[in-house]
Amino acid sequence: MPVGIVGYGAYIPRYRIKVEEIASVWGNDGERIKRGLLVKEKSVHAIDEDTATISVECARNAVDHSGINPEEIGAIYVGSESHPYIVKPTATIVAAAIEATPELTAADYEFACKAGTAAIQTVMGLVESKRIRYGMAIGADTSQGKPGDALEYTASAGGAAFIIGDEDLIAEIHDTYSYTTDTPDFWRREGQEFPSHGSRFTGAPAYFKHVVSAAKGIMERNDMKPEDFKYVVFHQPNGKYPLNAAKTLGFRKEQLKTGLLTPWIGNTYSGATLLGLCAILDEANSGDKILVSSYGSGAGSDAFIIEVTEENEKRRNKKPVSDYIKKKEYINYSIYSKFKGKIKGVGLER
Amino acid sequence: MNENRVAIIGIGMTKFGELWDYSYRDLITEAGIKAITDAGIEGEDIQELYVGSMSPGLFAGQEHIGALVADYSGLSGIPATRVEAACASGGLALRQAFLSIKSGRNDIVVAGGVEKMTDVPTGAAMMALMGAGDEQWEAFQGITFPALYALMARRHMKEYGTTLEQISEVSVKNHYNAQFNEYAQFRFEVSLEEVMDSPPVAEPLRLLHCSPITDGSAVVILASEKKARELKDEPIWISASALATDSLALHDRKSLSRMDSVILAAKKAYKQAGIEIKDIDFLEVHDCFSIAEILAIEGLGFCKLGEGGILTEEGQTKIDGDIPVNPSGGLKGKGHPVGTTGISQVVEATLQLRGEAGKRQVKDAEIGLIQNVGGSGATCVIHILSRG
Amino acid sequence: MVKGLASYWRLIPQRYNLIGTRCKNCGEKFFPPRKLCPKCRRAGEIEKFKFSGNGEIYSYTIIHTAPEGFEFQRPYVMAIIKLDEGPWVTSQIVDCKPEDVEIGKKVRMVFRKIIAGGKEGTIRYGYKFKLVD
Repeated sequence: MPVGIVGYGAYIPRYRIKVEEIASVWGNDGERIKRGLLVKEKSVHAIDEDTATISVECARNAVDHSGINPEEIGAIYVGSESHPYIVKPTATIVAAAIEATPELTAADYEFACKAGTAAIQTVMGLVESKRIRYGMAIGADTSQGKPGDALEYTASAGGAAFIIGDEDLIAEIHDTYSYTTDTPDFWRREGQEFPSHGSRFTGAPAYFKHVVSAAKGIMERNDMKPEDFKYVVFHQPNGKYPLNAAKTLGFRKEQLKTGLLTPWIGNTYSGATLLGLCAILDEANSGDKILVSSYGSGAGSDAFIIEVTEENEKRRNKKPVSDYIKKKEYINYSIYSKFKGKIKGVGLER
Repeated sequence: MNENRVAIIGIGMTKFGELWDYSYRDLITEAGIKAITDAGIEGEDIQELYVGSMSPGLFAGQEHIGALVADYSGLSGIPATRVEAACASGGLALRQAFLSIKSGRNDIVVAGGVEKMTDVPTGAAMMALMGAGDEQWEAFQGITFPALYALMARRHMKEYGTTLEQISEVSVKNHYNAQFNEYAQFRFEVSLEEVMDSPPVAEPLRLLHCSPITDGSAVVILASEKKARELKDEPIWISASALATDSLALHDRKSLSRMDSVILAAKKAYKQAGIEIKDIDFLEVHDCFSIAEILAIEGLGFCKLGEGGILTEEGQTKIDGDIPVNPSGGLKGKGHPVGTTGISQVVEATLQLRGEAGKRQVKDAEIGLIQNVGGSGATCVIHILSRG
Repeated sequence: MVKGLASYWRLIPQRYNLIGTRCKNCGEKFFPPRKLCPKCRRAGEIEKFKFSGNGEIYSYTIIHTAPEGFEFQRPYVMAIIKLDEGPWVTSQIVDCKPEDVEIGKKVRMVFRKIIAGGKEGTIRYGYKFKLVD
């Protein structure tokens, strides 16, 4: 029996900060940065939001979209690099919030920005082996950008949840292929507030090597070419990298367009590839094929070949990604710092 | 109702304010000594004491108040009970003392109130005060007491057209009255503009709509009719003591624009005293926030529901008005040491009835009503006092 | 700060999912939940009832003087919300400008952080509401 997507849900917080607003604080040329990164603004979570609240919102949306009884979810995995606790899983908070407890397994994942797609692969295995009926995979983040660093322009907040099963699928996952190596391009040590990265090293030997290899690998194994796909979505740390990856592989801009959200919401890290996939599913029709290649620093890429079913046209998501992108309120750097806990002594605690 | 009347034979209170040099024990001792002296009795004559205090545990880590007060009053050995109904603790203490004598059990009983709020920072004091509300479903959510009353004010304004000006007039009047009260925390006038322009606390309520954080104590001595006539030529009588409760949380009430606990207690009180509203010469009510005074005069029946703002605006509640309300300056002008307030209302009412209220004297004061509220209206205690 | 660990945990179904109660005898619904129907008392029969999370604003205020821990959200909106099923609930309204709030506007429940117990304590999550547009 084919395994695939039963339902999905997205969540992007309301607040946005513009690239030029951040640039003005550090004496950088905002317009130049916008052009260089192909990013206009990024999403910012409110002071009372975190990866758990974002995960709950997209999980609830996914349950609503799928129409299933949450008690039938046999596994929940939440992938993030900004879990609220270092020890105490986000997945159990989600499980309680969607009333899936107590008969399920759960855990949190970390693999930089690909923790969410790794979660999808895990629940696929559990469904295909008939150990569970439905599994939920979530990728969500409220990534911290180091002040003044290049990544501060793009590190944003958001998430997506996918319910995987083998009945009433809106899309079938035909195959998944991963390309994994030990590549130290971007990391954060225990106790450190902000991640570090290898600057130019994060390009060719890291992002591009893995994203392209995984995409090539899955196409070869399935005897497919870029023209066979209606849509392609890559991990998107900025608006430029995915365009270059697409060019290298032979995909056209039109195939990439729908799933490329970073220019409007920044890089939602573990949520990025998944949110791009949600945007595609929001409009894709029966028979459309989608190539997904995520990327997580450290490093690895998970690729998927997905084919949309008739069910997707009958069951359009009532909370499409475009709604979340449209609903926004701009904030300045001071409020941004307050919300993201960058100011000493500021927090939601007593 | 048995005819064993209960009288007030002695009163005493400390100044109200931020009393850095006074401890909790200092406060109750000073007020107690004043009251005993005023009563003309000896300590040994006291048979029982009741103390109202809301949060000495949260403010100072101190519980077991009954024993503490008896001890520091030099009265160890007598039955001593601490009662608590948030900001109505004082009224509750009075009621318990009243019942103790009415039952025929005792002849001389003390009712005191004491609160020391400034030993903790303001934020901690505000958190302690939220114990007067629903800890699980109100305090947990991040609401404050000014906010609870603001929710009521907004409904009152929506349902009856009450204006912020009318609500603010309550504060103007009470500040004016407090000038003439030597115990008051604030003895300065404020203008309507100053009230309306004061910093917002919980909109629509502003700083000058809110009673302050205060230290203070008040004590009264109650006596049976027999004893009272021995000691005093003109004792002041308590002709009614009524208590009513309502849901703890504001969201569990039937209406946000009236206080059912007040309406209920008032009915009982008028019946007990055998009087009508028109017989009452003045009121001391619980204006923890200015809107509360409007809710009080409506709930007590001095005007129709929704017309409290108009009554205030017309000046009817001024000292020389038709129905003087809070000649003492109320909680706004006098201060609000929470557990003490109910007893301080007795002190004021007694001074008024004795004709000893000086520049804030209500003319021909024969009957007075005091109203003490706990939390956002979950408890209301009403007493009616009279001469003769 | 470990104060209130068990009391918070006991109320997770309420705080996360608005699980209230209903009296089978008189039909009255309760949120927050009651184990004793105030109308029927011992004659009542209590069962679980889940609220939809939809409601409208019955009254609101904008808080400027906040209790400890909530200062950095100022000014924030606190409201009494009339849930569609009847009961009123006290909660914060988020994701809007304070001036957008009006009595009568429709709201729906969202899942947010309420407060954390200092830097080492647990994070308390719960319901808040946002305007429906």
